[in-house]
Amino acid sequence: MITVKKLVKRFGPLTVLRELDFEVNSGEFVALLGPNGAGKTTLLRILSSLMRPTSGFVQVASYRLPSQGAFLRAKLGVVSHQPLLYGDLTAAENLQFFSKLYSIGPDRIPEILDLVGLLPRRDDLVRTFSRGMQQRLAIGRAILHNPSILLLDEPHTGLDQAAGEILDRILKEVALEGRTVVMTSHDLLRSAELASRLVLLSKGKISSSVSTVDLDPVDLVDFYKTGLQGGQS
Amino acid sequence: MIPFLKSTAAIVWKDIKTEWRTRENLSAMLVFSLLVILIFNFALELDLRARESLAGGVLWATFIFAGTIGLNRSMAVEKDRGCLDGLLLAPVDRSAIFVGKTVGNLFFMLVVEAIVLPVYSFLYGISVFQPGFLLVVLLGSIGYSAVGTLLATMVVQTRTRDILLPILLFPLTLPVVIAAVKASQGFIQSVPFAEISVWVNILITYDLIFLAVAIMVFDYILEE
Repeated sequence: MITVKKLVKRFGPLTVLRELDFEVNSGEFVALLGPNGAGKTTLLRILSSLMRPTSGFVQVASYRLPSQGAFLRAKLGVVSHQPLLYGDLTAAENLQFFSKLYSIGPDRIPEILDLVGLLPRRDDLVRTFSRGMQQRLAIGRAILHNPSILLLDEPHTGLDQAAGEILDRILKEVALEGRTVVMTSHDLLRSAELASRLVLLSKGKISSSVSTVDLDPVDLVDFYKTGLQGGQS
Repeated sequence: MIPFLKSTAAIVWKDIKTEWRTRENLSAMLVFSLLVILIFNFALELDLRARESLAGGVLWATFIFAGTIGLNRSMAVEKDRGCLDGLLLAPVDRSAIFVGKTVGNLFFMLVVEAIVLPVYSFLYGISVFQPGFLLVVLLGSIGYSAVGTLLATMVVQTRTRDILLPILLFPLTLPVVIAAVKASQGFIQSVPFAEISVWVNILITYDLIFLAVAIMVFDYILEE
């Protein structure tokens, strides 16, 4: 579903991604871990066609990037740590606006609001929502057009325990529908619980990858530390 | 073509709806415009000849400064919550985003102009409700909104966007401002249309060229 080969991204003299190779199979839920500055967000922005790679091969859902980004966008849902929503529109109006851009009928809006638990707040302005509610609506916006691929950039940032758990429940439901999900995170336990595979990114390269089926939760920290040391060598 | 128009209409609807709720942009533009008109009115009160010959310039100075306030706010709203990324992720022709934002900015400029013009007409004793004069206002506003939207999109990523936008915008819109001032002045002083037509033609040409260029390069300037 996602194939990345020898991907390089430079910002002036700074090289963020260094000949990175990465593959995600259809229906997989991959958690991309790594310290700040490892290149997780940059990789996700390239996969979502928001950023051009400096060099390398990137293919998502059989579309080459960046040249076929326009075709890919219809099959892609993105959740960022920013909500990508308009604060002065209501929850329903935000989804209505994006449904017009995605050429979707209005019937799906109540369905999505119900899924993310915001149907009773449909007519409230988004700027009055808590961070957790905004993030739930952001997921609703991302799956509004029923995309086959979801890219989530630290979706749990700034959420309290309860809001994080609600978000986890939604993500599990979304993943069960057979979507391919790539999520960046700093939360090892949560990532191991949600994802089918953990991938560690360090210094612009994939340093290790493990299936969560094969991984005992007590070995998570070891996996992370060993992976980071591997990336630094 | 229909998806393009639907996307454009959705963006315009969204901009008008959010502005109707907050009225931040329009009220700032309007208060600023009325203040400028009033200040110039008192400053030029003693010299009637200067006042008549400067009327067109005063009007367009007011419009372009007010327009700049609107352009800055319009793109800042898209940047604040990452909404610009939300627009860029939609499977729409990116030129539809440009046209939608331009039409929204033009709409707000025209609303301000519709309120300012009667006040201007009353204070300066000038009849502005002539089809030719209103056409010049429309053409000048189209050119200014098109170039302004393009440049506002370019500078929205920078920290100094409030300062950078006028620095880039004013030189680039100089032809449209000069043509609009000359044409407006011509109508105010009842100059024969044959003498004004050259400025109107410049406005039409400028609008067509910059709209076409902006639509062609908009996708490119959005790339990081």
